[in-house]
Amino acid sequence: MAHGPEKGIGRWLFSTNHKDIGTMYLWFSFAMFLLGGSFAMIIRAELFEPGMQLVKPEFFNQMTTMHGLVMVFGAIMPSFVGLANWMIPLQIGAPDMALPRMNNLSFWILPFGFALLASTLFMEGGAPAFGWTFYAPLSTTYAPSTVNFFIFGVHIIGASSIMGSINIIATVLNMRAPGMTMMKLPLFVWTWLITAFLLVAVMPVLAGTVTMMLMDINFGTSFFDAAGGGDPVLFQHVFWFFGHPEVYIIILPAFGVVSAVIPTFSRKPLFGYSSMVYATSAIAFLSFIVWAHHMFTVGMPLAGELYFMYATMLIAVPTGVKVFNWITTMFRGSLTFETPMLYAIAFIILFTIGGFTGLMMAMAPVDIQYHDTYFIVSHFHYVMVAGAVFAMTSGIYYWLPKWTGKMYNETMGKAQFWVSFIGFNIAFFPQHFLGLAGMPRRYADYALQFAEWNMVSSIGAFMYGAAQLFFLYNVIQTIVAGKPAPEEKTWEGAEGLEWTLSSPPPYHSFTTPPEVK
Amino acid sequence: MSAKPVTRTTLKLLVTAVGMFVFAIFIMPPLYDVFCEITGINGKTDGQYTAGQQIVDSDRVVKVQFVATNNGSMPWQFSPIEYEVKVNPGASTPVEFYAKNPTGRDMVAQAIPNVSPTNAAKFFHKTECFCFNRQELKAGEEAKLGLVFIVDPDLPVGVNTITLSYTLFDVTDRAAEALAQLD
Repeated sequence: MAHGPEKGIGRWLFSTNHKDIGTMYLWFSFAMFLLGGSFAMIIRAELFEPGMQLVKPEFFNQMTTMHGLVMVFGAIMPSFVGLANWMIPLQIGAPDMALPRMNNLSFWILPFGFALLASTLFMEGGAPAFGWTFYAPLSTTYAPSTVNFFIFGVHIIGASSIMGSINIIATVLNMRAPGMTMMKLPLFVWTWLITAFLLVAVMPVLAGTVTMMLMDINFGTSFFDAAGGGDPVLFQHVFWFFGHPEVYIIILPAFGVVSAVIPTFSRKPLFGYSSMVYATSAIAFLSFIVWAHHMFTVGMPLAGELYFMYATMLIAVPTGVKVFNWITTMFRGSLTFETPMLYAIAFIILFTIGGFTGLMMAMAPVDIQYHDTYFIVSHFHYVMVAGAVFAMTSGIYYWLPKWTGKMYNETMGKAQFWVSFIGFNIAFFPQHFLGLAGMPRRYADYALQFAEWNMVSSIGAFMYGAAQLFFLYNVIQTIVAGKPAPEEKTWEGAEGLEWTLSSPPPYHSFTTPPEVK
Repeated sequence: MSAKPVTRTTLKLLVTAVGMFVFAIFIMPPLYDVFCEITGINGKTDGQYTAGQQIVDSDRVVKVQFVATNNGSMPWQFSPIEYEVKVNPGASTPVEFYAKNPTGRDMVAQAIPNVSPTNAAKFFHKTECFCFNRQELKAGEEAKLGLVFIVDPDLPVGVNTITLSYTLFDVTDRAAEALAQLD
């Protein structure tokens, strides 16, 4: 017999319900997004003008490091896990996730992981200040004493990710409604399935990397210490063997969201469904064999540089397939431009810009010029923020009426989009120029010729930051005072099992499997 | 029951995750070492070289530079006596380094060589080297440390300068441990 949620805090602490856990993941990741965002505001405020204004250089380094770590591991990754929790059972017609108790555990260890990480801000020695890539020996021999908190924090966060992805794979492979064959899965489910495999393969490598650091620091081993026969370059290889698939872990679910939103507002089925599936798999495979393009400057032999250069450029092929498919889906569709669609279109445009700068950096001879400049910073914000975060925002506006049964305010949504979009571009487009002119990243100060564009960039960053508070307001306003959403279909062109349920869906949905034709 | 396939999937994935962890810690570093040893790309040189009948390429001159560094808090004075020599590939060349233990205690040191550019590492042969053994100096003692090397005539054409760097490590404690184990 189905029953409603428990009363009080117990509902959340002991929840095994995929919707509750999804909601918690989303709120948690939004809190982390604001935390990481406030670090970014400190960075941009310090860089507003040349010279040292607000913070000390050591603290600035802590801010850049913590901003990266919190945004990647705290904001983007958990937010997509939250979306997966909410949407995957609804989209494949399953009553819940395959492993509901592990689901609870994988969420509830996250706050502890981040508490460990963030507590270092208040400790003697300060937070990690060695960059989010924590290269040895900066993170081993020269690390602050708080580095062990960072290491255990990463262990916990990694364990959470691994459990979350095992759960997703087990759900997708075993819990599909009768008739829901693999090639009928919504693309969001497909991209998450592939992402989850990537996570299971590389999060343990990250755990291994920090474990080797832990042993070097505390137990006298010399994995990364040349003095004992190790090699700091090994650190970079092991880290990027995790790190490169990691960037696809972040972007693939975003592809999935966009592949749901674009067809809905084009009122056409997604163009080239099966090519999308194969392109996603190809990207996932390629992500394992290109890692050293992050380290063209370590002194690789020519053959190595050439191999990693061409292999990296190869990724543009499946990615191009996806971009062309989205555009072809829109071609001759009856387009309307509600907020989710605006975000999805902005995603395509800006992600493609980020992809092109990525291609520029894939070229080993020119990358030596770009390496560790603001050109890199601009590139990965175009793919991480305008890519992953825009897609996430699109997904939230898209499914929020389904989750809450309330409709957000369209005018406010569109306004929020435009402030975000303009703010983002003002913040990050000038960083291309700064990087090409040679401004190095990770410094609290800069030479005078970079002053104008840095000020412009900071203004854009504040604008983008304010837009996120506006977003928070929109979501809360919807939950508290939104008009009731249409009973089932919020969007005229929406397809999929989630739209056959009421809005909000019952606490226990698909207790009898739906028929999929 | 439907629980069985779920359990099976979960177990497979858990084993994969543990396997990748083991791969990262116990397989990647040794693999990296082996790879570097075969290709010589991180500048590690081979061990003792037995010189065969070398043909001296007297048309070509290669500059060999020497760098001596102390690791960490190693207190010895350590430097090459000649900082640079010009050699013909194939010719056997002796050079010397100077070392002094200025402290008041007996110490043992180990020198670790590294060759740059890395694609020259495989073509730099040492027939005799103080780096093949630990060097022991009593308090205040000084010594000249010998090295005999041959630059291989097959050295890639683009390489005109080779830098040989030695880093000197204090291994006094480890040497004592090793002796204790022998007793």
